[in-house]
Amino acid sequence: MRRVYRILAKRTLSPEIREYVIEAAAVARVARPGQFIVLRLHELGERIPLTIVDTDPDVGSVTLVVQEVGKTTREMGDRFHEGDSVLDFAGPLGRPSEIENYGTVVCVGGGVGIAPLYPIARALGQAGNTVIGIVGYRSRDVMLYHDEFAAACDELIVMTNDGSYGAKGFVSDPLRELLESGRPIAHVWAIGPAIMMKVCSEITKEFDVPTTVSLNSVMIDGTGMCGGCRVDVGGTPQFACVDGPEFDGHKVDFDLLIARQGYYAEEEACSLDRYLATSAEKETP
Amino acid sequence: MIRETQVPMREQSVADRVRNFNEVPLGYSEDEAVSEAERCLQCPTAPCVAGCPVGIDIPGFIEHLKNRRFGDAVARLKEANALPAVCGRVCPQESQCQGVCTLGIRFEPVAIGRLERFCADWESRHEACCPEVAAETGKRVAVIGAGPAGLTAAGELRRLGHAVTVFELLHVAGGVLMYGIPEFRLPKAIVAGEIDALCAMGVRIEVNQVIGQVRTVEDLLKDDFDAVFVGTGAGLPRFLGIPGESLNGVYSANEFLTRANLMRAYRFPEFDTPIKVGRRTVTVGGGNVAMDSSRTARRLGAETSMIVYRRSEEELPARAEEVHHAKEEGIDFRLLTNPIEFLGEAGRLIGVRCIRMELGEPDDSGRRRPVPIEGSEHDIEAETAIIAVGNGPHPLVPQTTAGLELTRWGNIVADPETGRTSLPGVFAGGDIVTGAATVIQAMGAGKRAASAIDRYLKAGEGATE
Repeated sequence: MRRVYRILAKRTLSPEIREYVIEAAAVARVARPGQFIVLRLHELGERIPLTIVDTDPDVGSVTLVVQEVGKTTREMGDRFHEGDSVLDFAGPLGRPSEIENYGTVVCVGGGVGIAPLYPIARALGQAGNTVIGIVGYRSRDVMLYHDEFAAACDELIVMTNDGSYGAKGFVSDPLRELLESGRPIAHVWAIGPAIMMKVCSEITKEFDVPTTVSLNSVMIDGTGMCGGCRVDVGGTPQFACVDGPEFDGHKVDFDLLIARQGYYAEEEACSLDRYLATSAEKETP
Repeated sequence: MIRETQVPMREQSVADRVRNFNEVPLGYSEDEAVSEAERCLQCPTAPCVAGCPVGIDIPGFIEHLKNRRFGDAVARLKEANALPAVCGRVCPQESQCQGVCTLGIRFEPVAIGRLERFCADWESRHEACCPEVAAETGKRVAVIGAGPAGLTAAGELRRLGHAVTVFELLHVAGGVLMYGIPEFRLPKAIVAGEIDALCAMGVRIEVNQVIGQVRTVEDLLKDDFDAVFVGTGAGLPRFLGIPGESLNGVYSANEFLTRANLMRAYRFPEFDTPIKVGRRTVTVGGGNVAMDSSRTARRLGAETSMIVYRRSEEELPARAEEVHHAKEEGIDFRLLTNPIEFLGEAGRLIGVRCIRMELGEPDDSGRRRPVPIEGSEHDIEAETAIIAVGNGPHPLVPQTTAGLELTRWGNIVADPETGRTSLPGVFAGGDIVTGAATVIQAMGAGKRAASAIDRYLKAGEGATE
């Protein structure tokens, strides 16, 4: 038998980014910040990993923030509404973030990565850390999780690529300034696009500040069986699904990660085009 | 006058089958099955029964076949084996029942596997024979992992009247039967049929349940269950540890086969999961999984699909039939050859550097140890490589169960006769205990554990055997 994973609420955060609150009581009861789930929309669907953004054990729900980058995420946005159910939902998966009282920590989030960073920042704050947040958006139109994140941080620096809100530039700029200021920073979390995590890790390495990144590699089962998510960490192959998804950013081979993330680019494009073509047909009978 | 050779089984032609994923052997007709059954000597020693890991009454079911009592043959088979349609297709009969068949001393042994398959297929076309379930005992057993060991244990325990819930982490039950073994060797509808039969008996299967994360073994014992059977298998792919292994184009056999089988990537883009196969594919390994991978690659369009294996043909661990089918399908066997590096360009695989091997002195396993021949390095061009050199134990349950004794390889230590582990009420069997072995061995372990669990439950609270 299969439980029912109903969408209890759906919210549009930007034209391409949506938030889903999904009924999954057992997962909600035990999930911790940093962990992820795998879901499958329907019988023909693929299994996609998504990092958990929030849980409500009382309601029995798990919150996800999904950026529509390919066929599956696009289809989820178009066709899965409040009251509908996704077919499969398994988790929690991966190791939770190592939350402890480090002192002053910096949480650097880029784009949709800000959402899964939010519960980590909150947990770090609850553990007694002084939390400095640095978040980067494309523009002020897509300030997802800004208010939640702000509430979880003691200080918040907002960057936008176009300067429409906060300062203009990338998250790596204030990160470097902060480290150069000599203020003692005990630990950095960086979650966002691979290239952002790479740049942030390179900067923190100069200052020898331990840095945790969360890797979103290609995976199928999410439990250690396929090995598709393997990444090189300090010269050792690791599985993002069971050994991670969080790793020491100073040891991750980001170039390899980026290459592996792009392996199915052609197939992903083919699948999306085909989906968009059939969606268009349905709309014009 | 006994027929010296087995009644051949019709197969899809090679030209057709390398372009589809349909099953290769087509099965016996009733008359063919009866002719083959007539070859059985009904010898009083019946070494075949001892050769079967689940102890099927082989002469018994064959006698029914001979007399065209097909329903009785099925019933006799199912007394000992809950998954005959599966075993008839994937058991290594040549090293089990058929390997010790008395007729085999002079002629070809009786084609027991084919007859078993015939019975199961016959049943699927007729009214299913649902095994009798004993009166409810009120005891509850959790089975972790819906693969061959877990499903067998579940079926047996249910038959004995216990309430059984199977927890499966994937979105379908079947384990390696669904994600590992390809459609052309074991149609998924057949596996689903066997699982439906278990559900009809009252076995409850819950998919998407990642035990070790969402609940631990300890939680299960504390909350709802009187005993737990762990059959989580050998799901952790081994890699070779040679340079270039993370290049795009290098797959673990688990990933390659899971994409193709479980996720139906061979029907991409109708199904959403993609798979990539280059013009030239190299599969590393010599077992059934290597045969399955290389044959799958061929069907997905690889013009050359090659197997690289470090020992010689004699040591190939695959079933004879798989090697035979692979050769028929043009799989190029490069024996006594071992990969030493994956070669890449711009992050993508372009070839495999190999070294030739020769057989030296016997090693611990009794097989002659392959030794590299100096200076014999050579490159094989390939866009896809599939590593099929075995799997380690799935780590989730062993790592999250405090007090569970493990081997140094991470397998669960369990009594081979009873499946008892170091924790009271926790039993284990199949690949999670033995390391990667066969479907039928896992089923045998599931069956033995089920009867031990039954004794444990009937002995009452806290009893030890």
